Amino acid sequence: MTTRLAAVVALLLLLAAPAAAQPKSGSEFQSPETRALQADDFTNPGLLWVERGKALWSLPDLPGGRSCASCHAPAEGSMRGVAARYPAHDAGTGRVLDLEARINLCRSDRAGGAALAPESDALLALTVYVSHQSRGTPVSVRGDGAAKASYESGKRLFETRFGQMNLACRHCHVDNAGRMLRGDRISEGMPNGYPVYRLDWQKLASLQRRLRACFVGVRAEPFAYGSQELIDLSLYLATRANGLTVESPGVRR
Amino acid sequence: MATIRVRLQKQARAGDIVTVRTLIQHPMETGFRRDETGKLFARNILKDFTCHYDGAVVFRAEFFPAVAADPFLAFHFVATRSGPVELRWTEDSGAVFSETMQIDVS
Repeated sequence: MTTRLAAVVALLLLLAAPAAAQPKSGSEFQSPETRALQADDFTNPGLLWVERGKALWSLPDLPGGRSCASCHAPAEGSMRGVAARYPAHDAGTGRVLDLEARINLCRSDRAGGAALAPESDALLALTVYVSHQSRGTPVSVRGDGAAKASYESGKRLFETRFGQMNLACRHCHVDNAGRMLRGDRISEGMPNGYPVYRLDWQKLASLQRRLRACFVGVRAEPFAYGSQELIDLSLYLATRANGLTVESPGVRR
Repeated sequence: MATIRVRLQKQARAGDIVTVRTLIQHPMETGFRRDETGKLFARNILKDFTCHYDGAVVFRAEFFPAVAADPFLAFHFVATRSGPVELRWTEDSGAVFSETMQIDVS
């Protein structure tokens, strides 16, 4: 009886085993020095942005002298694990939103204030402050249900050739992940460290900025900030990273 | 607004060599970059850093446009007596960012 049970359990485990290898976080493709910079909370420059976001969280710049903190409990508790679920489908707007869009929607619709400009210091700081509260939480983004269409669209974009180089995301980040591209080791394109502090850009950067830079890299016209294409792609990338822990703020070369 | 982080031990014995580690948020805009319309971003860097302790400058650094954004510094001094350790960064514009830490020396 026990042997039969063990055999069944073994078979079930075999069936449940993922077809592909475990995803690897982007930080694993960085140099030891860059990884050390990310691992030390004192030297990680992204943490400066977290502090900045913390200050903005309670800055009363919304109509009626309100701030994020007027509605939300301190983010250290209320925002724990939230970023790990984004991008996610929002029933109110019927769209898939990434964390930046969620924050802006909250500011503009709920609070009646002005949305923050994409890639502005304030939006980056707020996003990383919220993301940081999920550090250590496994990414668990849903690509099914209401988000299915967005997932499919993101997957299609991932597999579509773009630009003069005529490359799809997968040609680098799946087929050649782990190999060198000039001085860089090609990552698997996992977004679990975003927003990241990018040393090359000397500041914090959103996933959308990273994606746009990839499009420029293959000499394609990048999609606009906040476009549905970039959000769909972000959602697809996040589902590929499901199970990896959130590392925000990561540090990249 | 500049976010400053400093790490310095609170207590030391006289004669000890203590380490100061500090990180300040600053764009360190070089003055060589241009925006999409070709206009130069005005140069805005921290140009000078000093650390005052026990009535003297124990460490001073000059920064140049090639210094990265959010500059990190680590340096040492010999603890002599209890008192404030004042760190001061001066920007091109003349603005001063400072942070003061207390060290107890026995």
